[in-house]
Amino acid sequence: MNLPVTARRHGNNSTHSSAAPWARAQAQKINGAVHFGSSRKSKESVSGSCRPNGTSEPRAQKAKGAVHFGGSRKNNANVSRSRKLSGSPEPLAHPAALPHGILGAVGKEVPRPRGNGSLGVVTSVPGFRVVGSVDVPALRSAREKPTPPAMPAPPCTSCHAARAALRRPRSGQALCGACFCSAFEAEVLHTVLAGRLLPPGAAVAVGASGGKDSTVLAHVLRGLAPRLGISLQLVAVDEGIGGYRDAALAAVRRQAARWELPLTVVAYEDLFGGWTMDAVARSTAGSGRSRSCCTFCGVLRRRALEEGARRVGATHIVTGHNADDMAETVLMNFLRGDAGRLARGGGLGSPGEGGALPRCRPLQFASQKEVVLYAHFRRLDYFSEECVYAPEAFRGHARDLLKRLEAARPSAVLDLVHSAERLALAASARPPRPGACSRCGALASRALCQACALLDGLNRGRPRLAIGKGRRGLDEQATPGTPGDPAQTPTPKAVPTF
Amino acid sequence: MAAPLSVEVEFGGGAELLFDGVKKHQVTLPGQEEPWDIRNLLVWITKNLLKERPELFIQGDSVRPGILVLINDADWELLGELDYQLQDQDSVLFISTLHGG
Repeated sequence: MNLPVTARRHGNNSTHSSAAPWARAQAQKINGAVHFGSSRKSKESVSGSCRPNGTSEPRAQKAKGAVHFGGSRKNNANVSRSRKLSGSPEPLAHPAALPHGILGAVGKEVPRPRGNGSLGVVTSVPGFRVVGSVDVPALRSAREKPTPPAMPAPPCTSCHAARAALRRPRSGQALCGACFCSAFEAEVLHTVLAGRLLPPGAAVAVGASGGKDSTVLAHVLRGLAPRLGISLQLVAVDEGIGGYRDAALAAVRRQAARWELPLTVVAYEDLFGGWTMDAVARSTAGSGRSRSCCTFCGVLRRRALEEGARRVGATHIVTGHNADDMAETVLMNFLRGDAGRLARGGGLGSPGEGGALPRCRPLQFASQKEVVLYAHFRRLDYFSEECVYAPEAFRGHARDLLKRLEAARPSAVLDLVHSAERLALAASARPPRPGACSRCGALASRALCQACALLDGLNRGRPRLAIGKGRRGLDEQATPGTPGDPAQTPTPKAVPTF
Repeated sequence: MAAPLSVEVEFGGGAELLFDGVKKHQVTLPGQEEPWDIRNLLVWITKNLLKERPELFIQGDSVRPGILVLINDADWELLGELDYQLQDQDSVLFISTLHGG
């Protein structure tokens, strides 16, 4: 982190004083010295000072120039210039108008105020150098008195009109509700276009659960549908969880009516020979946090969604998985030693091998917090109760860990997802080329696909989980044509182990 | 020394389940020695509004990670988080994100 040492704007001859352009414009309004210090370590390299004089209380003044703090790191070059301070790109907001954390926002980590009145500042803003000290009066008073006065939220950096309502985690940009929603929608559009996820003419089935993610997904895609040239349908899965799924389905039906989208509901009971999730939960072993019925549900739900999408003639399936979900899945796969899933997960969804419909997750780069805030600002009605079995799901451990990690390092969520995408598995760990399930014909890396294997176990009264390092003890015959796996020599009286 | 304040406290995203299912609460915070910042509001809420399982709402000094706090429709991150000083007629919204989507 270099500390700038001159205030001369390169090539800008009109900068004739050593004061920063914004300070010049605001000179008469600022009281006191202005300390733009960085961490304590490099304070000595800050030379000189600009001491604009003035008497009025800075906080009471509205910053005339645009409040723009460099925008996202990637797009700094494209940041539009302020119309008010011509000739000076990216004028900075008056620091006293900004609350504590914001000056630290350009850069990955957001430093907190040090408590001694200085702000931990950041990387240089391109084309702009500041000299000297900005002593923020509000923070100075934090040193002297324990209770700092209230600070209003800064103006939106995009429209400059409304007050900012949030700061985007990745770029640190402060946006108002409307501008944030537009940015969110633009990012989803970009995800879809850049990954060529939903080509024009696609008939898209949205996996709708009534929850926050699928509600936001359906709403955004409905807005983007004309632009993308796609048609939308809702497919909801009824797992047969009393007291939960019925209420959630009521929410989906309301949404389908409001959005005027066709809705199809597929039930486990019909698809899987009478097995509802409640029945599965009764048969599966374990208790408390180690109950495994959720693992069954994950596999069966994907199969049900596939079936529902086929029934309505869809060409693509979309689900509302957000970045937090993806990160939790990565953690879970590591914790369970599931190399196969680690290899297959991530990326932009699955292209649909072996006759399965292509699937994607347009929200996968959106953080959970932003999904919730989007739903809030757009006043979307969604179902927000937890599944009755959720407290027992293994994912809960991963979620707790992820939340704690995120508090310490906000970028951890997306970093986890990116790390998983870049993994290369050791040769011995790579899963075999998939063939077809001997029972239902779906994609399978062994003789039986996961859904059939799970249902098989349930029907025999010996529920087994097909996750982790391998399905040991599965007494199935290798189908002709698939390479026999020596680790899986079938024995007639194999006791299922996991 | 803080004067009494009238604020609206709202719960969403499932958090209302910890508060008897009631989403909006119009509360009057009494005058007291310490100022009414969010930190003290949380203490007051835990003592006076929270009906069950405080560990699902509060963690230490602050809200449990995964619960968003909006003050007058703005993220509390922009306003100083726990140190924000409440004003009369402010609206504080707690949205839980901790459920399936």
